[in-house]
Amino acid sequence: MKLIFEKSMAGHRCTLLPACDVPEVELDSALLRESELPLPELSEQEISRHYTQLCRRVHGVNCGFYPLGSCTMKYNPRIDEEMAALPGFASVHPLAPEKATEGCREVLDVAAQYLCEITGMDGMTFQPAAGAHGEFTGVLLIKQYHRSRGDLGRTKIIVPDSAHGTNPATAAMCGFEVVNIASAPDGCVDLEALKAALGPDVAGLMLTNPNTVGLFDENILEITRLVHECGGLCYYDGANLNAVMGVVRPGDMGFDCIHMNLHKTFATPHGGGGPGAGAVGCKAFLKDFLPRSALMEGEGRLQVRSFAGNFLVVVRALTYLLTLGREGVPEAAINAVLNANYLMRKIRGSFTPAFDRTCMHEFVLDLSAFKKETGVSALDVAKSLIDRGMHPPTMYFPLIVHEALMLEPTETESRETLDEAAAIFRELYDLAFRDPEQMHTAPHNAQIGRPDEVKAARSPILRWTKE
Amino acid sequence: MNYPTELAYTKSHEWLKEADGVAEIGISDFAQSELGDVVFVNLPEVGDPVTAGEPFGDVESVKAVSDLVCPVSGEVCEINEELLDSPELLNSDPYGAWIIRVKDVTGYDEMITAAEYEAFVSEEG
Repeated sequence: MKLIFEKSMAGHRCTLLPACDVPEVELDSALLRESELPLPELSEQEISRHYTQLCRRVHGVNCGFYPLGSCTMKYNPRIDEEMAALPGFASVHPLAPEKATEGCREVLDVAAQYLCEITGMDGMTFQPAAGAHGEFTGVLLIKQYHRSRGDLGRTKIIVPDSAHGTNPATAAMCGFEVVNIASAPDGCVDLEALKAALGPDVAGLMLTNPNTVGLFDENILEITRLVHECGGLCYYDGANLNAVMGVVRPGDMGFDCIHMNLHKTFATPHGGGGPGAGAVGCKAFLKDFLPRSALMEGEGRLQVRSFAGNFLVVVRALTYLLTLGREGVPEAAINAVLNANYLMRKIRGSFTPAFDRTCMHEFVLDLSAFKKETGVSALDVAKSLIDRGMHPPTMYFPLIVHEALMLEPTETESRETLDEAAAIFRELYDLAFRDPEQMHTAPHNAQIGRPDEVKAARSPILRWTKE
Repeated sequence: MNYPTELAYTKSHEWLKEADGVAEIGISDFAQSELGDVVFVNLPEVGDPVTAGEPFGDVESVKAVSDLVCPVSGEVCEINEELLDSPELLNSDPYGAWIIRVKDVTGYDEMITAAEYEAFVSEEG
């Protein structure tokens, strides 16, 4: 398929502007580009066809089941889009006077109150652009807390080996030394390993609960107590909040600060590159360190992003919370857990769960024995699912499980969809014994077969250049 | 799977060959097959100190990034620069594609023989 730049034809336009009726201004030559800006030139219809063509090449939540573990690919209600499109929200200027933005400020304020209630936090900022940026902001809070107390010897952040890669990356970006601790055989934090890593040089612990393999860490109160006892703080990665929202609060588990992927958990379509919103909440004693924003003003506060962050994502989150209400939010979490357990039990007859116990919103299959027996890998199964109209689960993650497939059905899928998915898994399981070759060469009906991942990683072409 | 008997191994899947006071270090056949296609290798610089049991670099495959753990303590005296342009050599020839050479070796991580390593791998895999 041609890129939009390659489809460009000189002179094609979308709009006909009226003649200029204000005096033309000559810009200082220092401000002018030296080369022509290579923007594509297309008519509105050509653009429409281009994006429709792109649309046919991808699989979205609107196309079919999308159990991409760790990503919460749930359906986002239309009403959230409608509210975000209201002109008073969509067209507001970030520099508009306070008097003209009272409604927008109220949105931020009410959303902050609700999200504090859901997470058990006391303060909130909507500045961070998305999850990893939220992590970065949250860990900076921890850093600043220790610094404000003159406690400068705390140079380490503890991260379990099952964590999302962004956790160690965040800690390193904030200038901390990352201490990886191995998981216990049940996939949860190994208390002995944690105790061994704790000391007066530990600034904090980064954790998600339920954890990366979809299990609720039952030792969580003991974990946060141990970290606090040694003077460290506890950071909650809200990546898996969908499993517990409205049911149990990270603040009550002993966490001191948290980021949420508002786009992921609270109804903004995601996975396409944004915009997202990585709201950061904290306990009262950290509030003074929150960045400057529409909610938090004051001398000495710095910003982590311009203006109020990605405001329209907050509008969608608030709409989502208001439509679901106090009963609906926990119900969504409970259904996410129910759906995951239902699907896990339906699949268990064929593929093997890595941890055979009640899961939370997602579960991991371990295909290593299956691969030994049939030669068919997790990758082959994933590619074969594409042919059957289903988005593959997350593969080869987390790294602590070999030949992993990680499924997160989410709460917005019906029982019929889950039954259908389980039947497909059963079919592929049998096919692997009967005709493994068919799976090694899958997908057979997709627009894109097996892209050259090695070449893509070694010499990626990330930007179009003229000629 | 291939386990040359003249090499020593670590449980973190590196191999070690020593000659004339210089230790040559690479990753095992099992390691490369588990990693999948290697796309990038991050190497130390000549003159860097290395410590037994500590990472000295990392390899990135299409699946994941993994630390390279040094089986010996000493000083890096040579790096295999060919790997920077052709990291796939780690997949095609894991025992030929050495990664670093270390001199002034002062200490060792726990090392096992080829037979012990093979038993360890079959148990783990």
